[in-house]
Amino acid sequence: MTVLIDVQNLTLKFRTDEGLITAVDDVSFTIDKGEVMGLVGESGSGKSVTAKALMHLNAKNAVYAPESKILLHTDAGVVDVLKLRTAKELKVARGGAISMIFQEPMASFAPAITIGSQMVEQLLIHGDMTKARAKEISIEMLDRVGISDPSKRFDQYAFELSGGMRQRAMIAMALSTKPSLLIADEPTTALDVTIQAQVIDLMKDLVAEFHMGILFITHDLGVIAQTADKVSVMYLGKVIETGPVRDVIRHAKHPYTQGLLAALPKLDDLDAPLTPVAGDIPSPLERPPGCVFHTRCPQIIGDVCKAKLPQRVQLDANHSVACHLYSEGGKA
Amino acid sequence: MSEKPLISARGLSVGFKIGSGMFSKSILKAVDNVSLDIEKGSFFGLVGESGSGKTTLGRAFLKAVPITGGHAAYNDDEVSYDLGTLTGPALKDYRKRAQLIFQDPYAALSPRMTVRDIIAEPLEVMGLTKSREETDARVREIAAKCRLNLEHLRRFPHAFSGGQRQRISIARALVSRPNFIVADESVAALDVSIQADVLNLLKDIQREMGLTFLFISHDLSVVAHTCDHLAVMYLGRLVETAPTRTLFKAPRHPYTKALFSAIPSLDPDDRRGGQKLTGEIPSPTNQPPGCKFHTRCPNVIDRCRVEEPTLENPGDGHSVSCHRWRELLAVPAG
Repeated sequence: MTVLIDVQNLTLKFRTDEGLITAVDDVSFTIDKGEVMGLVGESGSGKSVTAKALMHLNAKNAVYAPESKILLHTDAGVVDVLKLRTAKELKVARGGAISMIFQEPMASFAPAITIGSQMVEQLLIHGDMTKARAKEISIEMLDRVGISDPSKRFDQYAFELSGGMRQRAMIAMALSTKPSLLIADEPTTALDVTIQAQVIDLMKDLVAEFHMGILFITHDLGVIAQTADKVSVMYLGKVIETGPVRDVIRHAKHPYTQGLLAALPKLDDLDAPLTPVAGDIPSPLERPPGCVFHTRCPQIIGDVCKAKLPQRVQLDANHSVACHLYSEGGKA
Repeated sequence: MSEKPLISARGLSVGFKIGSGMFSKSILKAVDNVSLDIEKGSFFGLVGESGSGKTTLGRAFLKAVPITGGHAAYNDDEVSYDLGTLTGPALKDYRKRAQLIFQDPYAALSPRMTVRDIIAEPLEVMGLTKSREETDARVREIAAKCRLNLEHLRRFPHAFSGGQRQRISIARALVSRPNFIVADESVAALDVSIQADVLNLLKDIQREMGLTFLFISHDLSVVAHTCDHLAVMYLGRLVETAPTRTLFKAPRHPYTKALFSAIPSLDPDDRRGGQKLTGEIPSPTNQPPGCKFHTRCPNVIDRCRVEEPTLENPGDGHSVSCHRWRELLAVPAG
């Protein structure tokens, strides 16, 4: 396995009127070539901010901790994305080696420019080719993602396409520069379930064909089970559990992961009661001390959870969890 | 049940005029010839993709959109209304009896009003209480039922999380003591961990207050867990309706089968996903002839392309609108 991106100790705060707000706290992970990593979490967990950091796309008031590193492995060597400054330097992380598809495809296309010119524009920025060749590649890509009559669609505007079609066009555009890492931020959340199934299938085919890595961000554990090889679960900016998708879904260790799974309505047992995770997600301004989950944790083991930050415990080669139950002699 | 259903629709249609040109006027039929009964005290689920007409049908029952064809009636122990012709004082009275819970608790609450004022507003607008003390008492009663902290009543909505806001919206909908509640995607905007809490609250309140719910959702696993009866819509038509368990165990319409198999399985080793639908829901302004689903149906035959099926009730409470459902019974789903 070759490492594609290596995120080390990513800590990110936003400077606001009310003070510094921690959005991502000491997050580390790697994604290999051809690997799909799922990042799961609820709103406010920091998953989208983490993804944007990989392209250095966060707003101007973002403050990265000095020890944070995002090492992108490219054909031309290793670059630290956080050290890139000028637009020219950043090209490699923004559409060059990394591409991103967003949740709401309508908001991601410029409304007054045809789909085709937007695709050609980015190809010309990232590659050395003629306009005619860029058009050829774009139409090929539209065809590849299952858009019928691609040369007609090429000249249409985003509003002329349906939701599923737009998301396909978005994927075609993101992949036309042949990125080695694709970031997909809730790519199917705005879609109907039958269209979601189509888009998931398409993405799986494309990973196999292009052999790229994918960072798949979603709040839907079912979508993760269907797409990812490994998964990290985030809560209030911390990765609280990480491991192969089978281990995390079948043998969840962290009380939060267990709670998320229990809260999902299951179709094979309609009589099972729905068990919510008690309480509400704390406001980012009132970040709990100690373990960030202790205010809602049903298995809290006393003062240690309230005061001390749990360290990451390696349960086996690939499965790790940050919880005192496993480090303080609880269940370890 | 010998009792009359609370809501009863017969051939209900809702159409909207589109286009403004003198010659280009056409009618978009968002709901087309829908017949269904919602029994008193049931938790009735309405599912379908975007554009299926489920929201419009819910609004027609609330008289928030004009009914352009067919009939819809409301019957409780005190009154009977024909929703098509309801006007004046009777309509005002109906507003007390039928209420809506919205999807987005961030957009539904005025940021300039306190929680107390938000919940009290329907009482004041409808003139249901005689004094401020009475209003306060009603607000506190319903807030407690919706598990809101009474000390929070003086705060503004921005201080609350999504789940708490949705509980405030629920309290506001319930304060006029309605019989019928339309909950339109009421948990879709909530996180999974909170969603279960709001669903449990809705179920508890329904049982406690003897309410009838029309629960509109695109999320099949959510409706499976909360509703006792389900109706599936596609392009403005009702394609199948049955008790929840029957529908999940033995769906009869190819569209329902495809919807079920499109739900992502939580089992990482079950990635085949069954029968996938190709294509997308057609535009309601350009509807296909014959069965509306024939353009995507895996079981299509020539008859489906020309002749529209009607909703057929074989007498077991499980109605379906498909020419081939009987012969397809032999074919296992997915």
